Amino acid sequence: MKRHLLEAADLDRADATLVLDTAAQIESALAGREVKKLPTLRGRTVVNLFYEDSTRTRISFELAAKRLSADVINFSAKGSSVSKGESLKDTALTLEAMGSDAIVVRHPSSGAPHRLAGWVRGSVVNAGDGTHEHPTQALLDAYTIRRRLGRLDGVRVAVVGDVLHSRVARSNVWLLSTLGAEVTLVAPPTLLPVGVGSWPVQVSYDLDAVLPKADVVMMLRVQLERMNASFFPSAREYSRRYGLDALRLAALGDEAVVMHPGPMNRGMEIAADVADSVRSTIVEQVANGVSVRMAVLYLLLGGASS
Amino acid sequence: MTVLIKGARVLGGDPADLLLDDGRIAAVGGRLSATGATVVDADGLVALPGLVDLHTHLREPGREDAETVETGSRAAALGGFTAVHAMANTDPVADTAGVVEQVWRLGRQSGLVDVVPVGAVTVGLRGERLAELGAMADSAARVRVFSDDGHCVADPALMRRALEYVKAFDGVVAQHAEEPRLTAGAQMNEGDLSARLGLTGWPAAAEEAVVARDVLLAEHVGARLHVCHVSTAGSVEILRWAKSRGVQVTAEVTPHHLLLTEAAAASYDPVFKVNPPLRTDTDVQALRAGLADGTIDAVATDHAPHAVEDKESEWAQARPGMLGLEQALSVVLETLVEPGLLDWAGVADRMAVRPAAIGRLDGHGRPLTPGEPANLLLLDPAARAVVDPAALASRSRNSPYAGRELPGRVVATFLRGEATVLDGKAQK
Ligand SMILES: [Zn+2]
Repeated sequence: MKRHLLEAADLDRADATLVLDTAAQIESALAGREVKKLPTLRGRTVVNLFYEDSTRTRISFELAAKRLSADVINFSAKGSSVSKGESLKDTALTLEAMGSDAIVVRHPSSGAPHRLAGWVRGSVVNAGDGTHEHPTQALLDAYTIRRRLGRLDGVRVAVVGDVLHSRVARSNVWLLSTLGAEVTLVAPPTLLPVGVGSWPVQVSYDLDAVLPKADVVMMLRVQLERMNASFFPSAREYSRRYGLDALRLAALGDEAVVMHPGPMNRGMEIAADVADSVRSTIVEQVANGVSVRMAVLYLLLGGASS
Repeated sequence: MTVLIKGARVLGGDPADLLLDDGRIAAVGGRLSATGATVVDADGLVALPGLVDLHTHLREPGREDAETVETGSRAAALGGFTAVHAMANTDPVADTAGVVEQVWRLGRQSGLVDVVPVGAVTVGLRGERLAELGAMADSAARVRVFSDDGHCVADPALMRRALEYVKAFDGVVAQHAEEPRLTAGAQMNEGDLSARLGLTGWPAAAEEAVVARDVLLAEHVGARLHVCHVSTAGSVEILRWAKSRGVQVTAEVTPHHLLLTEAAAASYDPVFKVNPPLRTDTDVQALRAGLADGTIDAVATDHAPHAVEDKESEWAQARPGMLGLEQALSVVLETLVEPGLLDWAGVADRMAVRPAAIGRLDGHGRPLTPGEPANLLLLDPAARAVVDPAALASRSRNSPYAGRELPGRVVATFLRGEATVLDGKAQK
């Protein structure tokens, strides 16, 4: 593994598989234990540096670090010197001086984790940067697919919705194709990036045509402010053309699963009964997120240095 | 001051001596002599008319921590320039006779280059109503170039009025062509790479749409239009078409758009963030060809100094802009002269003659012949050096060429017969 995890596009097949296998090992090592904790990162410090609110991602990383016995510092940009104009570089150097071994960073600007990695000696883990990437989300999605379907090679994944603004979609495109899955992006043309033609994916504007062939349907969150910016005409039209309801669920094959990175707009991109159906992996994704993030921190901090 | 330059190759021709006296070129020929003259050995050096920049940001007044008229003038002289047009997006904006005269006076005090203020087209660069263009034209600064650079004059009716109005004093509107509704939040060229990096795209069409609109307006009202920092192959095509119709349009390209591509953005290092953004290799080739065939009239630096804190940040937070004055000639050497696209006369034309003509500057961009003002530079084309930002004269350090080896070294610059640079060192 490299020193940092900045983007899924950086991971080759061997590294990505190592993360997934390590997560599986960690999961079985902890299974049935009363105290869900390993001593691996005792004495190491992990900083959660969040410039954007994301309680679920922060808690997932926090739990992962604590289960590896690391010390965890949560550093929220709100109400700190950061909000008073301290630069990212100054913040990075301060955290470095406090002895942080890894910085988990969530930032509204694409590329911020790359800048950070140039300024600190420790490891940097990208927990979501702008509209660029969210690599641990893709790793937990891949882990979830592999657990449910037993494989990734040749699995047909439809990623549906606002690809243009989605770091989750970007990370999944790179990681899933590295791992041999066949990805189809489904969205209105306004919500697909201009450069999508160079990506290792199929593109479709027609959800109903794609569903019968999909093993996995990954629904993306759609923000209603996109409607006001004319990315689509109305919530109703979006929902009719690209929403996953019970009728569309019935078009899926018997083994197919439904995923969503959360938080969901129930009734918009996904109907409530679909989100709660047995096809849905949404709750598992959250649980798997902790195992995968433990694997990442372990491989970046524990595996190499001792 | 009398200077005798020995053995310089004027526009790359055979070695000759040049005698500079009383601010003018007194004589050009073989084996000149003059008692009491300062002798400059120019063996192997090329003599060119002093360069003229149509597009420099000097940051004074307002951001003297990034650059001042004096530090920017020193950078210009070291780059071989004898005149620079100072853009209007200062604080306060150069939209009145008072501010343009202030900048002009600061330039006179520095004495390193002629600083020619550009006046804002609209009050406060807000694109709402015309600034007092006539008052700026009539001021001591004699403004002839008007630009809201940094912003596009996006309202087509206002653009039409500006083009028409400046005809009264032979002015030109220099447009920063960017349809703002198509570039909201834009961070880099729109395409495969922006999609991959997750940075909002600045589509080529946002520039081309305004260039096309403006050449039609300029044709309709019979006015002079200048297009700033052309960056796309499509814009070059539109300009070629407009010129074939006889539209009074001129255009400039920056050194960085001639050399660098959007690929530099993959580092997320904001030193490569610029507006308009770095484009694709196809665009770079079209810009070089357009400059070589004269479709693009001039090289203009868009020298944009920024303080460290405005660049050492996340990409999206960083201000756009790059340094350009000190390496401009070297980049033209690298991208056009060495590949054989432009000869020395072509360099003089695109970097001195035409920019001076567009700005209506008397006394610059003149041939190096007896009787003409002694504004010239001496270049060692064989020299090569790695660019070290710490060694630059600009007060800022945001050079996109840091660590890159470039050809050519400006050995001397003369402004009206006075050496502003000698042995590669500024004289003030
Ligand atoms: Zn501009």
